[in-house]
This record gives sequence, C-alpha cells and structure tokens, in this order.
Amino acid sequence: MERLTSIEDFKAMQDRLVSERDYSKPSIVIPAGTCGQASGANDLIRVTKRELLDRGLTDKIRLRITGCHGFCEAEPSVLIQPTGTFYPNVKIEQMVRIVEAVRDNQVLDDLLFVDPATGKAVEKQSDIPFFKTQVRTILARSENIDPIRIFNFIRNGGYSALAEVLGKGEPSQVVEEIKRSGLRGRGGAGFPTGAKWELLANQQNGHGKFLVCNADEGDPGAYMDRSVLEGNPHSIIEGMLIGGYATGANEGVIYVRNEYPLAIKHLLIALRQSRGFGLLGDDILGTGFSFDIKLVRGAGAFVCGEETALMRSIEGKMGEPRQRPPFPIEKGVDGKPTAINNVETWANIPLIIADGAEKFAKIGTNGNTGTKIFSLVGKIKNTGLVEVPMGITIEKVVTDIGGGASGKAKIKAVQTGGPSGGCIPAERFDLPIDYDSLAEAGSIMGSGGMIVMDETTCMVDVAKYFMSFLKDESCGKCFTCRKGIQRMHEIVEDISEGQGTLEQIDLLEELALSVKDTTMCGLGQTASNPVLSTLQYFRQEYVEHIENQRCPAGVCKALITYSINENCTGCTLCAKTCSEGAISGDKKQRHVIDSESCTRCGACVTVCKFDAVEVA
Amino acid sequence: MINLKINGLEVSVEQGTTLLEAARFLGFPIPTLCHMEGLSPYGACRLCVVEIGEGPRAKLVSSCTYPAQEGLVVRTANERVLQARKMVLELLLASCPQSKVIQDLASAHNVRQQRFRQEHEDCILCGLCTRMCEEQMMAKAIGFRGRGETRSIGTPFDIKSEECRLCGGCIYVCPACQLRCTYTEPDKAVCGGCANLSPPCVEKENFDDMMCYMNPCVACEIDKH
Repeated sequence: MERLTSIEDFKAMQDRLVSERDYSKPSIVIPAGTCGQASGANDLIRVTKRELLDRGLTDKIRLRITGCHGFCEAEPSVLIQPTGTFYPNVKIEQMVRIVEAVRDNQVLDDLLFVDPATGKAVEKQSDIPFFKTQVRTILARSENIDPIRIFNFIRNGGYSALAEVLGKGEPSQVVEEIKRSGLRGRGGAGFPTGAKWELLANQQNGHGKFLVCNADEGDPGAYMDRSVLEGNPHSIIEGMLIGGYATGANEGVIYVRNEYPLAIKHLLIALRQSRGFGLLGDDILGTGFSFDIKLVRGAGAFVCGEETALMRSIEGKMGEPRQRPPFPIEKGVDGKPTAINNVETWANIPLIIADGAEKFAKIGTNGNTGTKIFSLVGKIKNTGLVEVPMGITIEKVVTDIGGGASGKAKIKAVQTGGPSGGCIPAERFDLPIDYDSLAEAGSIMGSGGMIVMDETTCMVDVAKYFMSFLKDESCGKCFTCRKGIQRMHEIVEDISEGQGTLEQIDLLEELALSVKDTTMCGLGQTASNPVLSTLQYFRQEYVEHIENQRCPAGVCKALITYSINENCTGCTLCAKTCSEGAISGDKKQRHVIDSESCTRCGACVTVCKFDAVEVA
Repeated sequence: MINLKINGLEVSVEQGTTLLEAARFLGFPIPTLCHMEGLSPYGACRLCVVEIGEGPRAKLVSSCTYPAQEGLVVRTANERVLQARKMVLELLLASCPQSKVIQDLASAHNVRQQRFRQEHEDCILCGLCTRMCEEQMMAKAIGFRGRGETRSIGTPFDIKSEECRLCGGCIYVCPACQLRCTYTEPDKAVCGGCANLSPPCVEKENFDDMMCYMNPCVACEIDKH
C-alpha cells in the first residue's frame, strides 16, 4: 500500500482506477450483508466463484460482493450489471444457470421478479415497484462498492469530496455548505447538522475537539445504520473527515454496537486501508490536516444511543445520561467539545459536498431536505430498507413501496421511531413523513424504524411490548423513568389480561404524561409515546379489553379462545401439532379444542389448511 | 454573575450555581430526596423538578442538576410542577411506603391516595449512599449495578468489600432507611399523621393553620396570580 502524499497523487490514482475499468464487462453483484448471509448469500458466492473458475470466466465476468441493497423480501438476490437484471430469492442450483445466462448475455425469464399486482415478470431492478418510488442516493452507492475494497470506493467517486474540501482550504465554507443543504440529524431529533458544526467550530480550541459517529442502533426492527456501515463504511469515514476538517476536530470515534460483527469487521478493514493510503491519520494527503478515528464497541445497552450516555460509555463509565446543559458541544467526551451525529447523517455529508448543497436541498420539502432510510417491516408484502425523499406520505411508502398488506387483514397503523415513537393510524396515512409532522401526530421520526400493523395486531399488546422493552433498557437513574415505565407496563399488562379497570386507563395516561415531563434524557421523555399514541388513536381497543373482556385483534391470550368451525375436514393435522394434546376428534370428523388445556400458542391456526381454526 | 428570574423575582448568582441552590437562597422550598450538600448533584429522584422556559417550549428539569443560565425564567411551584411532584411521590409511596421521609413529603404535598400495586422495595436508588461512599469516604465500596428493572446498589459481585470500613455513612444518608413509619393505617392509605413542620406554603389552603415565615409569602402571592 502506497501512502498518498498530496491531493494530486490522490486524483491521479482515482483517474487511473476509473480509466482501468472496463464498463462493458458484466458484473454479478451479490448482496451479502448480515441479512443476505443469513438467507444464503454465502452459498451463492461460493457457487458463483466455483462456476467462474471452472468455466474460465474469471476475466470475462466480474463478481462483486456488496452490502445489503435493501430488498429483504427478495434475499438472497442477484443483480447483474450493467443491464440491471434482478433475480430475487435465488437458490443455489439456479445460480449455475444465472452464471451461464450472464456469459451468453441472456435473461432468465422464469427467475425474474414477478410483480404481485400485475402478475408480470419485471426484468430490471429499477422497474420493480419496490425500487421505483425510492430515491436511493445512499443505498444505491452500496450496489457498486465492495465494502472491503477501498479501490472500489475510490473508483466510484469516494474520497473526492474530501479531496475537494482539502483542496479549497476553507473550513468555514464547508460548514456553510452543510447549512445551506438543510441537512438535519438523522438520529431522530432532527437538529440541523450545519448549525451543530458551526457551534463546534466556534468552540475555543484549547484541548482539541471530538467527533462521534453514533452507530448504536438499538430500536427493535431497525437496521438502516447497520446496512450503511456494512455496505459502505468508507462513506462514514469520509463524512467524518470532512466534518473534522470543517470544525477543527482531530479525533473521532465510531461507537458501534457489538451486536454488529460484520459492520465492525468492515469498519476495521476500512479504517486500516484509509490509514494506509494516508487518507486518515496524520498529515492527510500532505495538507497538514490530521484526523484519526477510533472504533469503540458498545456493550449492548439501548440507552447508550442517547448522546450523553454514549459519551460516558466511550469514557469507560456506566452508560447513564447526564444533565444537559452543559451540552456535548461545550463539554463532551473527556470534557472536550464534541459533535455527535448519526451514521446516516455522516453518510450524507460526502454526497452534499460532491453534488452541492442545492441539489441535496431540492430533494424533500422545505425544512426537511434530503432522503431518509426507513426499515419497513411488519405486516406488508415487501419488507426491507427503503430510502425515500422527506415529505413523502406514509400511504406511498406502505402501499407503493411496501406493496400493501401481506395477509387478508387490513392495515391499521404504522409505528415509527421505535420504542420512543408512536403509532399512526391508517386514517392519517396522508401525513407527510418529516420531523415536524410526525412529532405533531404524537410519534417521532426516530432513526427510521417503520413497523406496519394490521388488524391482527393488538394495540394494547404493542404498548405492552414496548413498555417491557423499555423497562429493561431504561438506565434506571431517574426514578420516574425506571419506576414509571414499570408501572405503565404493569397497568397495560393488567388490561391485556382482562384485569384492568377504566380508572386505570386514566391513571395510565396521567402517569405517561408525568414520565414524559419529569425525566432527564431523551429515552425517558419519549418512553411514554407508545402508550400515549395508542391511547390517543386506539382508546376503544383498551376499553374493549376492559369492558367486554375481548381482544379485537385476537392477540391477548387471556382474552381469547380457539375453536374449530365447520370448515374442518378432520385431517388431524392440528391434533398432531398441538403440544398440549388439547385437540381431539376422530379422522374425517370435526375436531374440538379443549380450552382448559389450550395454551393459545396458535400452532393449530398456522398448520390448518382450511381456515377452520377460529380465534375469538 | 448570572441573572435569572425565579417565580418572578430577579436574582443574581455565581456561575455554576444550580437552580435548586438559587431557589433555596430566595427561600422557595423545593423538596429533594437525592440531594445533599457536600455530595455532587445527581438528579435521580426527580422531586426537585421546576419549570423553565416559556410558552410551548416550557419544560420541567431537575433543579438540583440544572445550572443557572443568563435570562432563565424559572417557576418552582406552578400547577404543572406540583402535579408532577405528586405523581413522583405517589410512585415513591407505592415502592417504599414505610419511609417516614417519603410519607411526610407525600402528606405535605397533599397526596391522598396511592393507586399503584403496593410494593415494599424500600430502596429508591437515589444514589446518596454511593456518592457518600465515593466522594466523602473515598472508599468506592458500593455502586450501581445493572440497569432498568434490575438496577441495584451493592458491592461488586455481592462479595464483601475490602474497601468498606463499615463507617455507616451510607446508612446515615439514606432517605428510605432512616425513621420508619409505624403504620396505623391500612396498607395503601396515606395518613399524613406525622406531617412535618417545615412550612409547605405552596399548599397553603390545606394547611392554613400552619405558620408561614414569609409575610407576604412570595410563593403564595405568585400562586394567586
């Protein structure tokens, strides 16, 4: 590895890399993030390598292993470039055919994605409804980059934004550019990034300044940051370098949770490579600017995503939030002025510098510019990571990109923002997705979790789940957060078990508002949102649990019974499946469930092919 | 010096003064459990919340940890603050019913019922003992362990600490250990029988036969408006 000692050196290398590349040569792209690997991408890679070697195609076809492209429902998938052909859910035996087809410049019609709405096969990735409505400024970059190869990144324009700002030599202009772009923090609170940087740049630089990349992504069902870290770690490093240059910081920390081993691996490789090339460390590209990044692994506490707790964790102390002010920007890690930004925020920085603030500001709406990645999960057809312009309506995301309800039940709500967010009912799906509208509706943007719920989701159960999560994950410092959440969980649990009273609903609401008011950090102040928003929009469901002892969604075990209707053909499958032996009946006769010994596990509903098991 | 307004009164305090210190300097009573002079502020019990800011941006903060800032407007006993304190006390009573300190505070704040399931946890994890041990006794024998529901105070791994000199400082400062209420009433009742004698002037109408040291009492005056 040769250290680059000037900006010209870097540009020469980049030009060489671009010119060496033969763009007519086809590439097989296999996304192998954690999700891809879990669904079998590693096998596909193995088979593809073998086939390419066996057939002597190694110099005719390129194989690129990238991070996740976002379409989880279709994993493991294969993308052929430059044609853009997309094969979803590829099996090992099909991979051989795909390699042959790429060699012969053919398209395998039977393996293509079939649009469930029209029933027609769609060849190109960009024509698939899931991708069509998205604006993939960040995620699309991952398709062209093998995260463990820095040349790949540099060839695709990587580090040129850094070279540009270093070449201009005007840090304040960088801050101005970010301010003009209107970028707001993607971690959830939406603080303007440019303003934060300006504050940091204006701090008296006595003891050095700190930058932190918050990659402690703990929301259940959210994995946007993981995907970016795994798929494009250099973009984070480049973003932080630009940030360091703009604000006068010389040290950076990427705080990543230890539950993301692949992200850590790719980051460590990326850090080593960029350090080796002189893009990180002392005297970067011979400009005299020094910045180094350290990787700190989180030990698994959700609260460490909160900035003051995160800083304490970096310092090696217990992950406990502290009073702000003093804000991190005045007194942060080790007492040094610190700016903390989310992974996605950092990933946006090189894009803004490279393409210009004006182009970035054109995406989205006024005051909410750019794109936002959501992890769209739950009861919809197409789950996955979606990158959409800010201000798009929830309806569009759920119906156009998500493909609507996955089952027969109608979609009833969307939960955004993880445990700190709230549920937005289907009647309000015309709401634009931006920081302010979501907050007004009683939820938050959060880091980008989006869980779709249909009529088989019980809102009391949802509130109970999040309270149970937060009860374990509150740091426990503030009495009202620790005890308040425990009490909220207690009340919601009572209601879900049919032991609630109407007075308890009022007490729950009163308590939730008090917890919101009296806690110190963001976790506590938003912990009541799941309860408050379900109470606001789905109070009737709570009342139903109490007054009629009925769970309308058929979820709360204490309030439901299973029975078998006349559709039963007596196939005995349910009786064989039931672990409690609660189902009896003769062959070809309608079976009966003994509700005394039934544990309401739902296994019989899953196995029954005739819709004969009813939940009421 | 920093100038701020507490309950409508202008006050100048030194840099680094907390809102609690400033308010107490002016004579406004703010109840606390986890605060003690000589120990660093922690902000665990949330009883000392006060409202700062104005309009829709007004929020509650713990006065023991919040530093006085230039131009800050503070209200120590408005409706929102008192409501929050009552809820905190109700939660405290539900977990730690036998502490006389908590019983007294509850009755002084006119908490008349406790609507949660009664527990007898006793420790409220205010952290006074751990700070006493670390900051005054220089022992660091005990500390917090775990988080959320399983948070507790003790020695590492529950092994007898070699650092502990059995000084008893931790017991001395504990608000939950000192003075046990002897309970004449049924489990959930808040009897208020031993209402303390410090003037709870913010609740004047309920304790109108009590002595008030201030004439006219500023807190009462503000309450009127």
